[in-house]
Amino acid sequence: MNTQFWLIQAFNGVSYGALLFLVGSGLSLIFGVMRIVNLAHGSYFLLGGYVALTVIWTTGSWLLAIPVAALTIGLVGLVMERIFLRPLGFEPLRQVLLTVGFAFLFQQAALDIWSGNNFDINPPDALTKSIVVGGLYLPLYRIFMIATALAIGLVLWLVMEKTRLGAAVRATVDDAQMARGIGIDTSLVSMLIFALGAFLAALGGVIGGAFLGIYPGLDFEMLPIAFAVVIIGGMGSLGGAAIGALMVGLADNFGKALFPEISYFTLYAPMALILAVKPTGLFGRE
Amino acid sequence: MKQRPMRSQPIKILVVVVALAAIAIIIPNTNSFVILLATRALAFSILVMSLDILLGYTGLPSLGQAAFLGVGAYSTAILATKYQFGLGYDFWLVVVLGILFGAALAAIFGLLAIRATGVYFLMITLALGQCVWGLAYRWNSLTGGDNGINLRARPKFGIDLANEVTFFYLVIGFFAASLFLMYTLVRSPFGRSLAGIRERELRMKILGYNTWLHKYIAFIIAGGFGGLSGVLWAHTAGIVSPENVVLTTSVDALLMAVLGGAGTLVGGVIGASIVFGLREYLSTLVPWWQYVLGAVYVLTILYLPTGLMGIPERIRQRRALTANREEAKKPVPVTS
Repeated sequence: MNTQFWLIQAFNGVSYGALLFLVGSGLSLIFGVMRIVNLAHGSYFLLGGYVALTVIWTTGSWLLAIPVAALTIGLVGLVMERIFLRPLGFEPLRQVLLTVGFAFLFQQAALDIWSGNNFDINPPDALTKSIVVGGLYLPLYRIFMIATALAIGLVLWLVMEKTRLGAAVRATVDDAQMARGIGIDTSLVSMLIFALGAFLAALGGVIGGAFLGIYPGLDFEMLPIAFAVVIIGGMGSLGGAAIGALMVGLADNFGKALFPEISYFTLYAPMALILAVKPTGLFGRE
Repeated sequence: MKQRPMRSQPIKILVVVVALAAIAIIIPNTNSFVILLATRALAFSILVMSLDILLGYTGLPSLGQAAFLGVGAYSTAILATKYQFGLGYDFWLVVVLGILFGAALAAIFGLLAIRATGVYFLMITLALGQCVWGLAYRWNSLTGGDNGINLRARPKFGIDLANEVTFFYLVIGFFAASLFLMYTLVRSPFGRSLAGIRERELRMKILGYNTWLHKYIAFIIAGGFGGLSGVLWAHTAGIVSPENVVLTTSVDALLMAVLGGAGTLVGGVIGASIVFGLREYLSTLVPWWQYVLGAVYVLTILYLPTGLMGIPERIRQRRALTANREEAKKPVPVTS
């Protein structure tokens, strides 16, 4: 275990964290705004990957697959929020259970449409090369993942901090009732945030599909990891999601490399401890 | 839950007893597929009912209940395969151990989880459940990892539990005992305080109740029953794998409780029977069975928030409502 091992593992951890940021930030915002745990979030990740596969198979374009998949699933999220979640009003438990029902429906639909085989999303050749930095071989694709997460994170941050809509979202996260009181359409905010969350998860699915693969069951594998991100980072906080994603990405990588027998334990036990001490997460506001 | 008139309680108990007796008589005369299905549903129902104590009676939605089933099941399997323990009369010792392990795990988890409420409780139990899953999945030397542990034989003591009818009677016996104990619990003053906490925790605190301790004890009791359910499940399925502690198993338990009707205990059995029935039986008939399952969940949550057990109550309310309307339609005598 020399420096090279630590550097490579750290790089892998950071790039995995970049992927987790895409999945976790949406989940975090949904929780912040609607106070619900979206258990269909892993399904959006998986469905995003599947839709991208279909686009790649029909048009051959990986670049086209990214926006199409993300927008399609974003639309699915929007419809789900409007037709099923909204009519339940503000009953978190029922809404949570409803998202599970959908997760099962999506699972079956994916099995029917895309079969139970394992697929890989192949990025363009230009991204499959590696570059050498100081004696380390760094795959370009992982650098691309980090760059994408940074870009998305920057855009989200600008929208949240600098626009009127962003201010409305932040107000809803802090106190939905008060926000309604001063004339913010929290129903509209919920709809947009839910769609955005689905969009980001699907984006993660397309990008992550290249190195995780796309297979049945990935949805419920991704879900608890996304939760770890949200919980460690704090619910409803964008910066928290970024830090949480980085920490989970690193913990997961080093855990698997150093203590393979208890690697998941090293991931979820800190998460439970953080929740026990501070239920809103490390950087959550309450 | 609304206070029901005390009068109707003996009738309800009678219905449940008759239904259980009918199951005990009818099921052994069917084919082995149905017997196994019923055994599975009954063993799992104990877990669902233990969750109902938390969800329906205390207002704590747990998403990690499968962890307790897992502890019971894994300890049974490990004792049986590594130490040849629990395959004779010592099976009863394993039952006790399973309950104790489940309760002990709940005592540890409860310390972390009980402070949280609502959706936060949901999340923290999810995280704790995933800890157990992570260990089951990765700790190859103890749990067999992804492959799990195969139990080669069921216990034999005077009676041979390898016989599926004998085993079915054992499981339904444990089920009936669990139902009775949990029913006694929720009707006891302790159970009443739990319902008070569910309705309004602050009020109970002001009245001088130690609500944390009440919830903690309820959590431990539920964990113990979860462990028992795990011991039975291990011998029912004959294999224990990470599949038994994965998030979807906890989710299943939660949905079964809601489907049958939270806060009713027996609703859990109905929910479990329907889900197991759909999953095991419908899946042999049609390839799209999971749509049915998903649709049942979604429709229940949208239109039947009180679950299947809540249907009679809703009909009664509707009748009362229409009766009231009829009353209102009658012309009011004008007094002037």
